[in-house]
Formats: sequence, structure tokens, C-alpha cells
Amino acid sequence: MAVSVDPIDGTAMKAQFPLLSREVHGKPIVYLDSAATSQKPLAVLDAMDDYYRTINSNVHRGVYMIAEEATNRMELARALVRDFIGARSSSEIIFTKNATEALNMVAQSWGRANLSAGDVVVLSHMEHHANIVPWHMLVAEIGIELRWIPLDNEGRLDLTDLDTLLNGAKVLSVTAMSNVLGTMNPVRTLTDAARKAGAISMIDGCQSVPHSATNVQELGADFLAFSGHKMCGPTGIGVLYGREDLLEAMPPFLGGGEMIRDVRLDGFTTNELPWKFEAGTPAIAEIIGLGAAVEWLNGVGMDNVRAHEIALTEYTISTLHERFGDRINIHGPSSPAERGGVFSFDFDGLHPHDISQVLDQHAVCVRAGHHCAKPLMKLLGIGATARASVYVYNDTTDIDALADALDATGAFFTL
Amino acid sequence: MPGLEDLYREIILDHYRNPRNRGELETPPALRVEGFNPLCGDEIVLYLDFDSNGGVADIRISGQGCSISQSSASMMSAAVKGKSVAEIDELTRAFKAMMSIHENTLEGAETAEPIDAPDVKLGDLEALRGVVKFPVRIKCATLAWNTLAQGIEEASA
Ligand SMILES: Cc1ncc(COP(=O)(O)O)c(C=O)c1O
Repeated sequence: MAVSVDPIDGTAMKAQFPLLSREVHGKPIVYLDSAATSQKPLAVLDAMDDYYRTINSNVHRGVYMIAEEATNRMELARALVRDFIGARSSSEIIFTKNATEALNMVAQSWGRANLSAGDVVVLSHMEHHANIVPWHMLVAEIGIELRWIPLDNEGRLDLTDLDTLLNGAKVLSVTAMSNVLGTMNPVRTLTDAARKAGAISMIDGCQSVPHSATNVQELGADFLAFSGHKMCGPTGIGVLYGREDLLEAMPPFLGGGEMIRDVRLDGFTTNELPWKFEAGTPAIAEIIGLGAAVEWLNGVGMDNVRAHEIALTEYTISTLHERFGDRINIHGPSSPAERGGVFSFDFDGLHPHDISQVLDQHAVCVRAGHHCAKPLMKLLGIGATARASVYVYNDTTDIDALADALDATGAFFTL
Repeated sequence: MPGLEDLYREIILDHYRNPRNRGELETPPALRVEGFNPLCGDEIVLYLDFDSNGGVADIRISGQGCSISQSSASMMSAAVKGKSVAEIDELTRAFKAMMSIHENTLEGAETAEPIDAPDVKLGDLEALRGVVKFPVRIKCATLAWNTLAQGIEEASA
């Protein structure tokens, strides 16, 4: 059934990722947990290493040469991120620690300033805890009301009652792609509906930005949050994109150095965007690493990344179904065009912990658990799933290794 | 390097496939306690009938989880049924001692304080000894015991 052409050569791709050449338990590693975090290409490791070896200094302060070089390199990374997601201005790119911090920033800063008791925030049943808990905190603090977009039986958003749910809402905050089901949501439809209802929209782009071309103008999103570490960049760096007028009107999140224009004994005035939201010394090496990741992904081409993942998704679904039939149940949409390369599955009635433990002995790394989406797990009526997820460096040999290891798992537990 | 057979001993798989004391008891008189492993979503529900001295006269288990948490709960139920509070306390300490990580099981790691392990026979529970070689699974093995301790504490409160 695999009909899509894969533009990416797996062997050449793997060679750029040093970690993928290691062995575990005496076997070559098969890394299938990129939805949790991606591996890093040499280009990113080198960029960070080079920063520390040649220009390590604090940014936006020193007037000496290396401090200026570090500042330039960091601001170049911001421009790369801006262009990567189609933002109009670098002022709209705020560096955070991760997507979680970006989502909290909007809830805490925009939310506290603009929401009051009874105001409605609309989320979906497939959100990651990072896009649930910050809003629960405002329920407790302010008394806002949460509404939830339901799912259909293939794990897609059921938009039948969207307008009713959005009626009177102030915020719509949803993920562009589920980290459990792989479902890719119709973001434009959602943001259009939000705008019509007078609500702002925030998109959790953690799983979508690393895997497909992103343009915030086309998405129509007011805010977009994502993490560097899932897109070939380092940990410790994330991004909040926000529409400039919204960011201008928002109070700062953390106070300290870098975010101020002036500090007096009787108060302070804030710095201009984006630094108003970047208190303290930023994660300079990580920002530079993220810039390198963006350049590297641009080199591959995001359309190629997506085409590769569609081809690999077709291969994965058909291979697992052919080899295991009814023994395996893969959650989420059945059509590869509607989903990303995240495969949560139940196998042989075994607990995901036990599956991943045996897979590990075969050097196959998959995730087991609730994937930080407990409300979704509850809806699916399960406590946990095993989850395999792919990225640009995975190929059909990894999927074959997964299938072989699942075979061995089934045999082990039916002895 | 620890292998799968260190973790999944035959007796563990037997308790997993044929769990003992599975079910519920009427509450009251039984006490119902829940335990969660927030990391993996494992969930255990214990139903405890106490005798007049606070010992566990009867026990039932429901909930869902991996083979380690389920078999540990099954073995625990067989080990504590009909035992006095003092006997259960001793078993619990012996089991917890077995589940703590010793220097020879984790390369380079040393225990800060020696654990005083009571000298009691753990029987089937000994089969779980291999779990310490898989540190992320220790919480699975101790979930039932922690839930039981919570139940006994609630009952005596
Ligand atoms: C959909 C989604 N949202 C949010 C997050 C949180 O990302 P981070 O832990 O990098 O802040 C994740 C990552 O697990 C995710 O998959």
C-alpha cells in the first residue's frame, strides 16, 4: 500500500546524528521516541560547542568584541525562528525555557490581565497537561470556566458544536497535533471560529512545528508555543510567538535584568519587545543551538520532512497491521494524510510498561505511560499506551526492528 | 548487564496471569484504599477487612497496571492475609529493604544508610528481588505495599 515517495535517504540522514551510531544492550539503537525529544544533528552540537569555545560572554551588555558576537549570534537565531514560522517581526519571538513555560506565560500574563470570573477558555480533550494545568490554575485563582472540544471515534476533534462552545469565549487554546494520537488538527478552521467569536487563539505547536512547514499568518494564530528540543535543538529553550499588539499590551511575566528599561526606587519601566518577556541572562548557547537546528531543518526542507513522515507513516501502519492483525490496535486517524508519525498502540493485551521493557532489550526505545495527557487516556478508557514516534532520521529499518521486537515481546509473555 | 529473566521470573508471570485475591469486599465494613503511580498511570485499589486487633483478616485487590505492580500486589495479598499488624509491619520493612538499591546492584551508587532488614521469610516475594536492577520499575513493585501501609494507618487513625 505504501505509495508515497520518500525524499529522504535514511542512511545518510542517520550519519548526521552521532547518538544514532551507539549501541544499547549490544545492539544498534532504534530510537522511536522523538515525540518526547528528538536527537541532535552534529550541526547543532557544533554550534553550541563553538559558542562556548570562542564567544562565551553575556549578551546585550558588554561592548567588547566577543560579547557583541554572542549578542549577534543570539539575535540571528531569533530572526531564523521568526522566518521559520512566518512571523512579521523579531519582536514577536520570545525565548522561553520550553513550550510549557510559553503556555504558562500566556495563561499567567495575558490571562490574569484579561480574564475574570466566569470567562470561558476552550480547550480540547486531546491536550497535553502543559495546556491544561495553567488554565486549571486560573480556574482556582480567578474562577474562569473551561470548555472542552470532544473527539470523534478516530481521535479527531469533533467540531460539530464548535460555535456553541466558543459562544462568549475569551480564549481558544488547542494543540496543532496530538502527542498521543498523532491527529493533525484543522488549525485554520479553529482560529477562524475563535476570531469570529471574539476569542484569542493559542496553538500548542510542540508536535507540529518540528514536523511540517509552519506559517503563523496562514494558521491565523494569535499565540504559538513550541519547544526547541523536539525539533533537533537543545533542551532548555522554547519559543512563544505572540502577535505584537497582544504582547505590547501584556504585563511582564518575570521581573529582573534584561526585561527593564529603567529601574528606580519607586518602580520600573519595561524594556521593549521581545526582551520585556526575557528576564535575566537567557539560555544563550541553547538559543544559538536552536538557530542551528532551524538552519539545519531549512537545509532538509520542511516539505521533505513532512513527505518523509507521510511515507513512513504509511509503512508503519501497514507493516504493523500486516504482521500483527488484531493483536495490535493503533490509536488515532487511519489516514496518513491526517496524522503525524506518532503511534500509540495496544498490543496483545500487555501493559505498555512490560512492552517497552522487552523492546528495550532489543534496543528499541519507545515511550510507555500516559504521555502527559491523562484526560485523553481517561476518554480512551485506558491507563497508558506504548508509543512509537518517528522523525526525519527514522526509516523503514527502524519500523522493521520495532515489529521484530514486538514479535519477541508477544512470544516472551505467552510462554 | 541485567537480563529480562532477572525481572520477569516465572513466579511473577504466574501471579500476573493468575492474580490471587482479585475482587472487592463490601464497604463498610471493609476499608477501601487507592494507590496511584502518577508516572505510569498504574492504579491499585485495596479492600481490607481488619480483625479486632487491627490485623488483616481479609484482602481483595482491583485496579490495573503492569505485570510487576499486579504480581507484587497479588503476592502481597497472599503474604499478609491473616497476619497481625506487627507481622505485616515486619514483612513491609523486609520487602522495602529488598527494594532499596544497594551498591552492588547499581554501578557506582552507594546507599546512604544501611537499612535494617528484619529477618523474615519473604517466600514468593523473593522473586521480585531482580526489580532493583531496573530502577524505574521499583515504584511498580512497591505501589501495593505503600497502599497497604496507607490503609493500615487510616484504620488505626
Ligand atoms: C503537545 C505537547 N504540548 C506540550 C508539551 C510540553 O513540552 P515541554 O515539556 O518541552 O515544555 C509536549 C511535550 O511533551 C507536547 O507533546
